[in-house]
Amino acid sequence: MSQFSYLTPKTIEEAISMYFEKSDKKSIYMAGGTDVLLKIKEGKFSPNRIISLKHVMEHNTIKIDPETGNLIIGAFVTHRELETSNLIRQKYKIIHDAAKNIGSIQIRNVATVGGNLVNAVPSADSAIPLITLDSFVRVMGRQGQRNIDLIDFFVAPGRTLLKSGEILLDIIIPKPPSFTAGAYKKFTRRAAMELPIVGIGITVSLERNSNICNKVRICLGVAGPTPMRALNAENFLIGKVITEALLNEAGCLASSESKVRDSIRGKLWHRKELIKVFVKRMGMLAIERIKLQKS
Amino acid sequence: MPTKINFTLNGEKFQKDVEDNWTLLYLLREKMGLIGTKEGCGSGECGACTVVVDGKAVNACIYLSPEINNREVITIEGLSNKNGDLNYIQQSFIDNGGIQCGFCTPGMIMSSKALLDEINDPTVENIKHALSGNICRCTGYSQIIDSVIAAKTYKKQNQ
Repeated sequence: MSQFSYLTPKTIEEAISMYFEKSDKKSIYMAGGTDVLLKIKEGKFSPNRIISLKHVMEHNTIKIDPETGNLIIGAFVTHRELETSNLIRQKYKIIHDAAKNIGSIQIRNVATVGGNLVNAVPSADSAIPLITLDSFVRVMGRQGQRNIDLIDFFVAPGRTLLKSGEILLDIIIPKPPSFTAGAYKKFTRRAAMELPIVGIGITVSLERNSNICNKVRICLGVAGPTPMRALNAENFLIGKVITEALLNEAGCLASSESKVRDSIRGKLWHRKELIKVFVKRMGMLAIERIKLQKS
Repeated sequence: MPTKINFTLNGEKFQKDVEDNWTLLYLLREKMGLIGTKEGCGSGECGACTVVVDGKAVNACIYLSPEINNREVITIEGLSNKNGDLNYIQQSFIDNGGIQCGFCTPGMIMSSKALLDEINDPTVENIKHALSGNICRCTGYSQIIDSVIAAKTYKKQNQ
């Protein structure tokens, strides 16, 4: 690996001032490092300074804000912490669906939720469930803090709205309405250590004591350069009684509005078929999960 | 730039000057002579370099050595006792044919250790989940999973 110095700020403010200390643009923030170190090893970049965020003792917990009921996931929470959190497993099953299948345990023990979002590779699928929950991220830079809706956060493969020197602090998931649940499918060739051929997430809210859908979010991963919502499919479902046949139609709409293409991991036609099938299946699973909450 | 770090390795306390760009794997193998931990892919895919840091399995090839400051590291060398008696997981791998060429074995055993330290009685599903980041090109995995299942009984007998 190329030479660099390893800095260990204790606060976000300190990290940001370290970033701007030198103007050579050769500083990089690192959280878990499972992506950053790989890129350095591969020679994709050679920073002079790694500013480690591992010693910042904030933004590393999963908690419910008692005032708003919002779920706040610190950017430095690891995927393993997310996977093993009872709160996530019980109340936010769609997040658990994705967290448990990212990399391996060795990777999940180190890699952070924030790092995965900031990397913004099209196959990084932890964002998909979070987008179906209308999440936004809180970021901080020299000019202070700002919030960005997660769906807008991704600009292009590897590019986000983060400005130079900004750090992602938290992911905030607004309190979902009653009778809401979701499900996520990462479709892969093998069961582990895989990137998705396509990822399909859906979160549904039903009216009390009925199957009428009053809110739905469908988000697709690897279906375009950045995560995308299937808006036609969502609009089609609003106000209707959810059935398997209806979800099947929504799957077809999502499939046709997706921007999938041929790549080394999968073919366009296969991805289209997968979206059709899994919008339906994940939709049915979400409904099932809502029923389980009621009883 | 060298950094001075303090850490515990296999129960022993160390203070070392490490270069910031050394991986933990490099420190262990090239500077401390602990060659039980293997380098396979060097990119966090194969698990041959798995060691346990503060109770958690990590890939030593994508973990920087300055990050073990004030932490506890256990490698395959730390499992047997001072007399060279093998740990129960090691014994189980030998008894149950969990080893063929042996290259993946230290990583497999360290992942199994992290699992068995966390869950007393893991299911086959738990075992597969825990070992999914470790690649073996010889055994076809069945004997490895059998070895971990059998290790559960060895553990009970030891207690």
